[in-house]
Amino acid sequence: MFDDFFVRALIAGIGVAIVTGPLGCFVIWRRLSYFGDTLSHSALIGVTIAFSFSINISLSVFIVSSIIALLLLSLQKRTQLPGDALLGLLAHSSIAVGLVLIGYLTFIRFDIMGLLFGDILSVTINDIYIIWFGGALILIILYLIWRSLFAATVNYDLAAAEGMNPDRSNIIFTLLLAGVIGISIKMIGVLLITGLLLIPSALARNLSSNPSQMVLLSIVAGVISVVLGLFASLEINSASGPSIIVVALVLFILSMLVPSSDRLKKN
Amino acid sequence: MTNRSDFLVKIENAGIFRSSKWLVRDVSLEVSQGQIVTLIGPNGSGKTTTAKMVLNILKPDEGFVISNTGRVAYVPQKINVDWTMPLRVFDFMKITGDLSENDMKENLRLTGVERLIYSELRNLSGGEFQRVLIARAIAKKPELLVLDEPVQGVDFNGEIALYNLIKQISDTLNCGILLISHDIHFVMSSTDHVICLNGHICCSGSPSSVAKNPSYIELFGEHTASTLSLYKHHHDHSHGADGRIEK
Repeated sequence: MFDDFFVRALIAGIGVAIVTGPLGCFVIWRRLSYFGDTLSHSALIGVTIAFSFSINISLSVFIVSSIIALLLLSLQKRTQLPGDALLGLLAHSSIAVGLVLIGYLTFIRFDIMGLLFGDILSVTINDIYIIWFGGALILIILYLIWRSLFAATVNYDLAAAEGMNPDRSNIIFTLLLAGVIGISIKMIGVLLITGLLLIPSALARNLSSNPSQMVLLSIVAGVISVVLGLFASLEINSASGPSIIVVALVLFILSMLVPSSDRLKKN
Repeated sequence: MTNRSDFLVKIENAGIFRSSKWLVRDVSLEVSQGQIVTLIGPNGSGKTTTAKMVLNILKPDEGFVISNTGRVAYVPQKINVDWTMPLRVFDFMKITGDLSENDMKENLRLTGVERLIYSELRNLSGGEFQRVLIARAIAKKPELLVLDEPVQGVDFNGEIALYNLIKQISDTLNCGILLISHDIHFVMSSTDHVICLNGHICCSGSPSSVAKNPSYIELFGEHTASTLSLYKHHHDHSHGADGRIEK
């Protein structure tokens, strides 16, 4: 069954969507969408390093994104530069550095479009293992830090005062985000990973009235986007990443037509 | 009554230095079981900063903090719940620890907001929100309870009821309470120890001794001091030894 590239892509994509669902909710709650963007842009450097030293792409991307993330956290404490400017600085410099490095690596054939927007043809059985085992690990860790991270997201002071150790869970969450980017880069591509984190969760917010409902709906929406997106990609021969994101966008727009519990209450 | 050595939390000569100035400096205080310690002082005098040192949210830049308890509950001055987070009172009540639905209802009933258990947090009014914050803190059955202006936005009758509840909690749970309050009446009637803060400790001691202190009067004016004496003499009756009302 795994011989078919499309089945491989489906299994990989569903795995990715299950992990991006819960993490995406935290990205929205914590207003980290630009942070996610910066991390995923830095993934390009990770990819070039992976090719240069022939190591696993997911691992290399995870390491590079983690370093950029920790750098960002420490820079935020040290500079007077506002957060968004700092993120922009790192996002664009890392994508520029990545592209320059790719220019140097003339001995390897690169599919730049594949890197930027995802390529379902490139998903191997090995990638499936990485996505499902890596993804399971990410979700287990997220489960373990859930209470502390959630409390810190609602109110840092409250979490800190009541022994929730918010700084630790913030750092762990950042590393989990780097991990998600690492496992999903082949499917979605550098430029669109944040879209898969954000859009299904934003959609879920429109339809849910409590946090766990939002997480579950976010996973469901992500999985539907991946499945429909991949079929569309196969049908009309479009890149997998953009197709998935377009489906997610359509679902998001549909979700806005559903009257939310809030709006219902007012009537 | 309180034993010096068995304080719940103690800070000594602590100060916080930010943006080239001291927000507070040289603050020493301790809170013991069953004791209510109140911080009063004008805006910007470092009350919240001091509370955050006590809670280990801010590490003091000088001095030190010793904590003897892990069971702490906090009612912060302000919590903003973003639209992106669908959070009901029900979810918020167990945000830092498990709580059964019965305990939850019971504690919300104490602060008069049981009916709001399934409401979204961001739809609550300021006063309702404060009641939920207090219920959540009490439900944790803490050893140390820190309340930062807990009755802000609460209507007048509610204020009295909540202050009575806080007093009652300190008795039933026998917990130590650090309270930041503007309510001179409550401070004077129920507090064991008052600390008057203005960047440093202006004066401290029992409520009546603080009220007579010249630096307190300088900070709050004669007016509050006279309000206080008015308050003291405002009863038109007195109680006999058996509690009977005597005209």
